[in-house]
Amino acid sequence: MSAPAIKLVGLEAGYGARTLVGPLDLEIQPGEVVAVLGPNGSGKTTLLKVLLGILAPLAGLVEIDGLAPRQARRHVGYIPQHRDFDRDLPIRGRELVGLGLSGHRLGLPWARRAERQAIDAALVAVGAEGYADAPVGMLSGGEQQRLRIAQALLGEPSVLLCDEPLLALDLRRQAQVIELIDRQRAERDAAVLFVTHEINPILPLVDRLLYLVQGRAAVGTPHEVLTTERLSDLYGAPVEVVEVGGRIVVVAGDESANQLLGHHHDHAREDGPWD
Amino acid sequence: MGLTGYLQLPFAQHALIAGTLIALICGLIGPFVIARSMAFAVHGAAELSFTGAAAGLVIASNPVAGALIGSVVVAGLFGALGERQRERDSAIGVVLAAGLGLGVLLLSHYQGYATAATNILFGDIFGVSTTSLALLVGLAVVVAAAMITIYRPLLFSSVDPDLAQARGVPTRWLGLVFLVLLAVTVTEAAQIVGTLLVLSLAITPAASAQRLAASPMAVTGLSILLALLATDGGILCSLSGSSVPPTVFVTGISFGLYLLARLVGPWLARRRRERLALVRAEQGPRPTP
Repeated sequence: MSAPAIKLVGLEAGYGARTLVGPLDLEIQPGEVVAVLGPNGSGKTTLLKVLLGILAPLAGLVEIDGLAPRQARRHVGYIPQHRDFDRDLPIRGRELVGLGLSGHRLGLPWARRAERQAIDAALVAVGAEGYADAPVGMLSGGEQQRLRIAQALLGEPSVLLCDEPLLALDLRRQAQVIELIDRQRAERDAAVLFVTHEINPILPLVDRLLYLVQGRAAVGTPHEVLTTERLSDLYGAPVEVVEVGGRIVVVAGDESANQLLGHHHDHAREDGPWD
Repeated sequence: MGLTGYLQLPFAQHALIAGTLIALICGLIGPFVIARSMAFAVHGAAELSFTGAAAGLVIASNPVAGALIGSVVVAGLFGALGERQRERDSAIGVVLAAGLGLGVLLLSHYQGYATAATNILFGDIFGVSTTSLALLVGLAVVVAAAMITIYRPLLFSSVDPDLAQARGVPTRWLGLVFLVLLAVTVTEAAQIVGTLLVLSLAITPAASAQRLAASPMAVTGLSILLALLATDGGILCSLSGSSVPPTVFVTGISFGLYLLARLVGPWLARRRRERLALVRAEQGPRPTP
């Protein structure tokens, strides 16, 4: 078996004296897709920050391709949580994508020949070459998200970290983005960590789940984790996992669980029928 | 005396050289000031150069050195107190108010003429000495070199801070360096065009350029060009037998160019949007905007 793309041993992460995540043990293999689920404030973003080398762990070991996160930055493609770019932002899509490749380098932002070719290739890979010369602020949310994926693919990462990449996209766009990420995973044998609050769109893709609730974690295949018993235990309150029209919904069993879940209800309301 | 006659005189030559240098560095930092929403920091740093000048005058009879050292202190204070985006403007307001009070206090204890400090409020582009010109050349070279060096990572952390941080760009450190460069530039500009008019060189040309160009480097180039037009144009207008002070022309031209950009900008944007629509149509199924 090849070396794990991501390896967490006894990881504890948080801010100051406050531990938000862990202790957590997890190994993610190349080509594997792991979804990180959990209510708001459960430590999903904290975990991402540790993997990106922005936040040092409080305890335990973190390795990406056998390296510490700060040494592994070139191995990681990161799709940050989507927020629309300012309408007037004077930067073209192509230039934004290019910053993902060389934005850390000093000097003026002129792309080298090899870099231009890599940028072109990434734009073609996500089907964004047509609008790559338009200012990013003019592009739709879905188009901007494609640029984000192109940006993350530059430099041939062995790990893709995606923070809510489906947020603010309609169903068709969601499906396209999922398809894109999965194709890259298959072609490059990249490990994918997918932070999301909505499991259903990516369920067919996911090998394993990491379900975080108030620092505690459950790891396993969706069938193992998404059960009434496992999640009730994790939440410390009665929750029920039900299947409605082919989609999995986590619902509260009583008022205490209702508060813990919070957002699940929001989204059940927002999503409408899933086809 | 006509324009050509004036151009033979050192004061006019100094004014043009100083104006050109100021326009270059103001035009260079302007787009980042806008991208990082730091217009109020420019205003604050400009007014506080009065306090620095007053301190320099009282302590060492050197308002220029005082203003320069003061600008670095001001940048440090802005950076330290306004670390979070939401509290930044209020922190600048607080430092600005306290600093101006301190400046008045310092001047009230000064026995000599205070014009050297109050001059900085209004600037005197026709009074640039050889010494201050030499200092300006040095500072302009340092600011320009520093800006060119940090341009790409600063751009990255301005337009895309989350990803920049994830890529290991020291975003906080860059922000501080830029704050110092901004304060030094603004302080230098204040001595030439005056504290009250610095905004017309550090903000207006970049704001105009942003309406016209769609690419960071193009915006920067255009911003420098418009700042040069306003400054040198303003000085030349003033020299052409007019009793109107040059700052009036500088701000007037700068504002006129901005109005022009506001007129042309929407037309350019519409053309870009049409081109985008064309590309989308060629690609088949229409994306939902």
